[in-house]
Amino acid sequence: MNKAEILIIDDEVQIRKLLEITLESNQYTVNQAENAKNGLITAENHPPDMIILDLGLPDEDGQSVLQQLRKWFTNPILILSVKNSEEEIIKALDNGANDYLVKPFRTGELLARIRSALRDGINEEGNPSITFGDFVIDLEARTIKKNNEFIKLTATEYRLLALLAKNEGKVLTHQYLLREVWGPGYINQSQYLRVFIAQLRKKIETDANRPNYIVTESGIGYRFISDKD
Amino acid sequence: MELFINKISKSIQLLISISMVILISALCFSIKNYLDYKIVAFILLLTVSVAAAIFDIIPVFVAAILSAIIWDYFFIPPNFTLQVGSTEDSILLLMYFVIALINAALTYKIRQIEKIARAKEEKANTIKLYDTLINTLSHELRTPIATIIGATDNLQSNNHNLTAENKEDLVSEISKATFRLNQQVENLLSMSRLESGFLRPKKDWCDIIEVIYDVVKRIEENNVKQKIVINVNPDIPVFNLDKAMLEQIVYNLVNNAIQYTKDHNEINIIAHNYGGLLELIIEDNGKGFPVEEINNVFNKFYRLKNTKAGGTGLGLSIVKGFTEALGGTVHLENLKTGGAKFTVSIPSQVSHVKSIKNE
Repeated sequence: MNKAEILIIDDEVQIRKLLEITLESNQYTVNQAENAKNGLITAENHPPDMIILDLGLPDEDGQSVLQQLRKWFTNPILILSVKNSEEEIIKALDNGANDYLVKPFRTGELLARIRSALRDGINEEGNPSITFGDFVIDLEARTIKKNNEFIKLTATEYRLLALLAKNEGKVLTHQYLLREVWGPGYINQSQYLRVFIAQLRKKIETDANRPNYIVTESGIGYRFISDKD
Repeated sequence: MELFINKISKSIQLLISISMVILISALCFSIKNYLDYKIVAFILLLTVSVAAAIFDIIPVFVAAILSAIIWDYFFIPPNFTLQVGSTEDSILLLMYFVIALINAALTYKIRQIEKIARAKEEKANTIKLYDTLINTLSHELRTPIATIIGATDNLQSNNHNLTAENKEDLVSEISKATFRLNQQVENLLSMSRLESGFLRPKKDWCDIIEVIYDVVKRIEENNVKQKIVINVNPDIPVFNLDKAMLEQIVYNLVNNAIQYTKDHNEINIIAHNYGGLLELIIEDNGKGFPVEEINNVFNKFYRLKNTKAGGTGLGLSIVKGFTEALGGTVHLENLKTGGAKFTVSIPSQVSHVKSIKNE
């Protein structure tokens, strides 16, 4: 049973209604605000487990609401917006959004993202291994096994995979991955990322051309999915 | 001729017509002894007529006046004076002058009438295009909206008469209609981005294999019956292009092929690198395009005649617009074996897998 409380900040009555029905029928508790001002007040008075935030609010830019929330609010924030430019999405992720979904969206997709974001908070560090499918990553020994057999990865491939897997369900931007895996001098060398993601997929995906684990977020980055909900 | 002359500025036209009159006069003057001055009048009149046929009104008037003065001064006896010897010559000079002016004025008038006729025709064409646009757009947007309204009405007010299967069908129709509506809106938004002229490609490294498979996955989610075959060498380099635009190009071409072929047909997607030129081929084994319409299919809002497939006629014009924004070209031909073949060629920087050290 989900008991998580979700605050929706969106000015469109129809979207709020749709979200309310979808979320409540999935056993979430829903609170609503129709503008930035009320959203910020409601969040402060009664901090929810998660916030779904629209960027196109009537009284204030959603990005600025996001920045204000992130000064104190540590639970997941999911952006739900008609703005689909890569710049806008990357900016929201940089401002601390956990995820971003463009309207129109599939409710199934939304629920999967919510589950994944809420899970984020639970399996924090300390776990020395990550399991997905037939694979086990040993974070201490820095190895990966498939059905108990070692898979040969280069050092860079391992760093990339471990970083993605540790952030399961979360979009990691190209810049973030390049900075973390190759270093700050490489943030514009996205061809490295393309090539290494392709190599990695050949080693872990059943069909590298139809990846199940390392999913592309076009123009934004990559998302690791350990199992299909 | 008309167009060519329109591009020449008025002052140059004036210069040319004056030079013409002076040149012809000089020629006539050099053979003056063999020519009667009345013949010279005809030759000069001819010159003015030629000028009237190709130039604007002012250069022609100037040529008419100038030639009359020259004729009078150099040819009508007594020479080298503006005086006219006989009454007959006075009448001749006056007539020369009037004929030259009438000549100029008449030609000008004909030109004006032509211009008005052309403007009318252009306006008629614009209105026709606008009507077609409004018709296709209203059809393409209203059909799905009508479906949604009808289906929801049915679900709301006729609920108890519907079987579970009916309801499922209605919901599925709503879903299809919204998908179609969404697609049309996306196309219109892409088109307005193109039209605004502010479309700047955001180049980044893209894995063309990934682009193609992602597009095919999206298309296959709509239960297409045609078989889609992808044929790309896995060692193809990564290209420095705008991925979103590339995706839209591939999507629109494959989607177009899906709409204009039958369920049993096959669609082939091929990508090559020709030394920094990305070549994308999307071909099918359907019927191909009517030969006389091939040149029009990339035009905005163009729809094939006698077509049953839905669409706003924007898909292929977006393909062309995006391809050209990336500095490339798109070409359509019919295959000898039947079917259509689209070839998109875009120059790009490439980076080879092997050139990146896999440490």
